[in-house]
Parts: sequence; structure tokens; C-alpha cells
Amino acid sequence: MAEVSCRKVVKEYDGGVQAVKGIDLDIADHEFVVLVGPSGCGKSTTLRMIAGLEEITAGEIWIGGDVVNDVPPRDRDIAMVFQNYALYPHMSVFDNMAFGLKLRKFPKEEIKRRVDEAARILDIGMLLDRKPRALSGGQRQRVAMGRAIVRNPKVFLFDEPLSNLDAKLRVQMRTEIKKVHQTVKTTTVYVTHDQIEAMTLADRVVVMNHGVIEQVGTPAEVYHHPTSRFVAGFIGSPAMNFLPCHIDEANGGGLSVRVNNAIQMKIPAERLARYMPFKGKEMVFGIRPEHLTERKEEGRPGFEPIDMLVDVVEPMGMETMVHFFVDGAPLCARLDPATTAEPEKMLGLTADMNQMHLMEKETGKVV
Amino acid sequence: MSATTADAHSRASIYKTSLHNQRRWALWGSYAALSVFVVMFLVPPFYTVITSLKSSAEISAQNGSPWMVNHPTLDNFWYLITYSNFQTYYLNSAMITVVTVSVSMVISVLAAFSLSRMGFWGSQTLSTGVFLTYLVPPSLLFIPLFQIVGWMGLINSVWCLALLYPTLAVPFCTWIMIGYFSSIPKELDEAALIDGASYLQILWKIFIPVAMPGIIAATIFAFTVAWGAFLYPLAYLYTSNQMVLTVGIISDLIRGDVFQWGKIMAACLLASLPPIVIYAFLMDYYVAGLTAGATKG
Repeated sequence: MAEVSCRKVVKEYDGGVQAVKGIDLDIADHEFVVLVGPSGCGKSTTLRMIAGLEEITAGEIWIGGDVVNDVPPRDRDIAMVFQNYALYPHMSVFDNMAFGLKLRKFPKEEIKRRVDEAARILDIGMLLDRKPRALSGGQRQRVAMGRAIVRNPKVFLFDEPLSNLDAKLRVQMRTEIKKVHQTVKTTTVYVTHDQIEAMTLADRVVVMNHGVIEQVGTPAEVYHHPTSRFVAGFIGSPAMNFLPCHIDEANGGGLSVRVNNAIQMKIPAERLARYMPFKGKEMVFGIRPEHLTERKEEGRPGFEPIDMLVDVVEPMGMETMVHFFVDGAPLCARLDPATTAEPEKMLGLTADMNQMHLMEKETGKVV
Repeated sequence: MSATTADAHSRASIYKTSLHNQRRWALWGSYAALSVFVVMFLVPPFYTVITSLKSSAEISAQNGSPWMVNHPTLDNFWYLITYSNFQTYYLNSAMITVVTVSVSMVISVLAAFSLSRMGFWGSQTLSTGVFLTYLVPPSLLFIPLFQIVGWMGLINSVWCLALLYPTLAVPFCTWIMIGYFSSIPKELDEAALIDGASYLQILWKIFIPVAMPGIIAATIFAFTVAWGAFLYPLAYLYTSNQMVLTVGIISDLIRGDVFQWGKIMAACLLASLPPIVIYAFLMDYYVAGLTAGATKG
């Protein structure tokens, strides 16, 4: 078990392309941290630098209180699970799991004890004699996790381990991974581009973009209190709605968000002090789809009415997604399945302004 | 409604018939082409077998069909098996082949692993360079090589072939192995690195077992080169005790203008035995290895 720290870590490839631009990150012992971001954001490179599979251009990486910049992967006491499983195809499941222990000259009885224990945790005891080609995708991924568990390393590294699985199995394996972490409690760094995986698995989520860390926080923090437009748009599915707006003085005092002449929403009193400096400025208004609801009653405090023309209705069983366009910008509302929304017809909505976000137009910073 | 269904049925039957016809014509074409192929490739071995079973008198007789044996005999085979020169050629060929295959495979597996996996500066250019050397024909090389072999004092020593054959086998074997090793996912060596393996352990415990079909393909190629090469032994060896099969057969069994056809054919058949046996056992691996190297290299 160990802490992992990145100090001003930079990765620059030949030709001057910077994949990681000086990140600082502290991961506590036993913590499950998920690095999430779009393709090319530097999350996998960061993980590979922690693993020792990529050299670090500048900065320091610490594992368990030691700087490991020049330590080869085998001496870092880490275990990694890859996207394509990376099982040795000519070895049985047992030999795959035992390979690292055999190389480290563990006694046979100890190897067997550890493999059996890992197989029990992962429920793959009956597969130990099989070759990887005789396993399903989910079983292969379990074996890959077993190979990591038997080593009892300081840190687990997962590089998009569920991306090759179908949707149903992915959900199932996600739960398995969480269960394994609850059992073995090893410090874990997990990379994914799937924000649902990030939200469901992580103690803390690290959102990366263009080689920098945009925000670090618990899943609830990054979801409810994003610090940038990128994080607000990346975390959550469907994504947060963004509308360019102008902050006006409201009729009868206070402030209002004016999207256009038809859509003007009053900002709740408790947020006035926070947004007052932006009076008269062009900003971006953000609201999550679940905070747009079908209007049933008028005049609830903090809920502002909007009327919009429905574009597309997507019933999903437990909820219905309704899509609109506002001045060319797409907008989505997550409504009750009993909604009366119909395409090409007007629908009355209310926006929960207590849940609104306001961002600077140029910097994307949430204010 | 029923008219529509009938239309659909008739359309379906037209498609079915036309597909059936196309397939029939394709099969006829295949059989015709394959028949020509079979005749072209099987007639010479057939003629070799027939001739090897004939006595010299029957071969030189003017009557009878040359495609039939009237009095089959194994005398030619028996003569060769008990003929000490032929035994020497066979032994020399076997010895040189074993050494060539071993040396070539060790060099090419190590070279291919480092070129395909260790990603050092210039590895791409070197890989291309290795293949380009294979394109230089041996007939261009044997004069400069003669100088080198002479300088080393190995002219008319069968061991000079152990030095020369790998120059033919290594480039192609390396190229096959580079293709094969490149098709192994990078994550496999990364997983092994993290598991605690050194580069040599990765090669020995992961790459060689996983790339076994490619290694067998390369081994068969090296074997074929060493067993069947003609030009180098012809150029560098001239006494019977140093000769290998390919040159020994023609220099020993053709005396002046007398061709001992029965014995020559029997010798060819005996010389073909090891490749036939090896191909028969390893053919599946050989094909798999060649295709993997070709498509993913």
C-alpha cells in the first residue's frame, strides 16, 4: 500500500509535442482515483509514466515515499491491467497469474496460495487450467485483474480496462472492480474516457484536458460544482446545456439571465452577490438536463418558466429526453416519462435556477 | 398481395439460379487451372521415381515407354546407400544444415526482437536494410565472398558453407520474424516488464513461444537454403570428402559424358527425403507463419 504523487510532471515527445504539461497530483493510500478525459488529454500517458513504461521529461513521480523517476517498472511494485487484457496466450490462466511471482522466485506453495486466493475473490477458480483463447472477454479481464492481485503490489494501475467489453458486461465488471477494491483496498489509479465509470468507481475524479488537470474532486464535487466549462460539459450524460447569455438587471431589482428576448430568467436572491460583478457582461449560462422540468405549476420561487419548441423526443423507459434548439444552440431536458412533449409543439418548462452555472465566455471559468 | 409474393419468389429463384451458375463456372475454372498446375508440378517427380526404379539397361533401351517400369529394381538406392562418397555428402549436408539453421535462427530471432521491440534510434532504417540485403543475388556475391573465404583459409572446406549460408538465410528469416514479432501486441511485453521480466526473459518466455509458427516458418526457410544451395558449394568445394549433396550428386554420378540417370534420380529422391518429412510435419505452421509475417509486417 502506498501514496502516489506527481510533482510538475511533464511528458514531451520527439518533435516537441507535450502530452502532459506539468501536472501535480497527490493520491492517498487506499484511494481509488480515476483519471478521466477525452482522447489525447494525457491521462494514459500519465498512467504509463507512473507505471514506468514512459520516461518522464521533467518533474518527479513518488510511489510510497520514494522518487521512482529512474526506477524500472519491475522495481516499482505496481501492477497494471491493460485495455486488451495482455494475457500471455500460450500460458494457462494459472501460469498467467503466477508469472510475476515465478519471476520473483516465490516458493511454489506461496504462489499456489496467492493464485487460489485471487481466483476465489474473482470467481475464476474453475478456469485456472484454461488458455486465454478459451475465455470470454469478461473472464479474460478477470484473469488480468487476478494477475495484478496476486502480486499484492503497492499500486494498481488500470488503463481503460472495460473499453473492450460490451455494454452489459462493462456494467457488471465495473461493479466487480469496485468490489475488489473494497476487498483488497490497494491504492488504485484508473484511466477511462467514460465519465460514468469515473463517477461510479472513484473516490476522487481527476478530469484532464489537453495535458493539464482541469479539476480534482469527489464525483459529487465535479458533477455539482464544476470549476470550468470543460468539466461541466464532460461530466454528466447527457451533457450540461450551455447557452450564451447576457446578465441584465431584472425588473423589480436583482439580476436576470437573458438568453434572448423570449428567454429571460431571474437569478435567485442568494446568488446575487456572487454574480453581481458580471452584471452587463456576456456570459455562458449552464444548466443540467435534469434541472429543466415540465411546468406543472406557476411561480415556484427559484424556478423560472421557459417555453420552447420541441425538436425531438427520445423515450428511454425510466425517463424521456426532449431536445430543443435555442438560437441554434442544442438544449436537452430530462423529463418524466409521462411528459406531454411532442415534436414541433411548444412545451412549457421550468429551469431550476438554484442549480444554474454561470461561466465566463472567454476563459470558460465557472464563477 | 399474392401477386407481390409470387413476384418476390420468382425474383429470389432468379438470383438463386444465377448464383448457382456462377459458382459452377467458378468451380470448373478452378478445376481446370488446378489440373494444369498438378500436371506441371507432379510429372517431374513422377518421372524421377520411375527412372530411379529402372536399371541402366532399361533406361538406355530404345523400346518400351519411358513412363513405365518393366523390371523395377532398388539397385540404384542400394548402391547409393552403401556408397561411401554419398554417405559423406549426406553427412556434410546434414551437418552444415544443422549449423546454418541454428546460427541463422539465433541471429535472426535476436535481431528481429531488438529491431521490432526495443525501438532504438535507426531501428526502422536497419529493418529495411536487413530486407534489402536479401535482394542482392548470391551470384553477385560469390566472387567477393571467394576473396573472404580464401583469406580465411576455408576454400575447399565444408565449414565455409556454415559461414556463407547464414548470409543468405539471416536477412529473410529476420524479416519474417520482424513481421511476426510486430504482430504481437505491445502490451504483452509491457505486462511482462511490469511482472518483472528482463528483455531476455520476455524474448525467451513470451515472444518465442507466442511466435512459434513464425520461428518454424523461418527455420524451414533456413533449412531449405542450406539443404538446397548449389552455387556456393560448386564454387568453393572441389574434393569429394568436402562436398555436399547438391554438388556431390552431379560431380560423382556424371562421369564425362556418361549420365547415370537411374542413380542420379535415386540420389535426388534420397536427398529430397528430409525436406519432405519436415514439410509434412510442419506445413500447417509454415503457412500460418508466412501469412502472419506477410500481412502484419
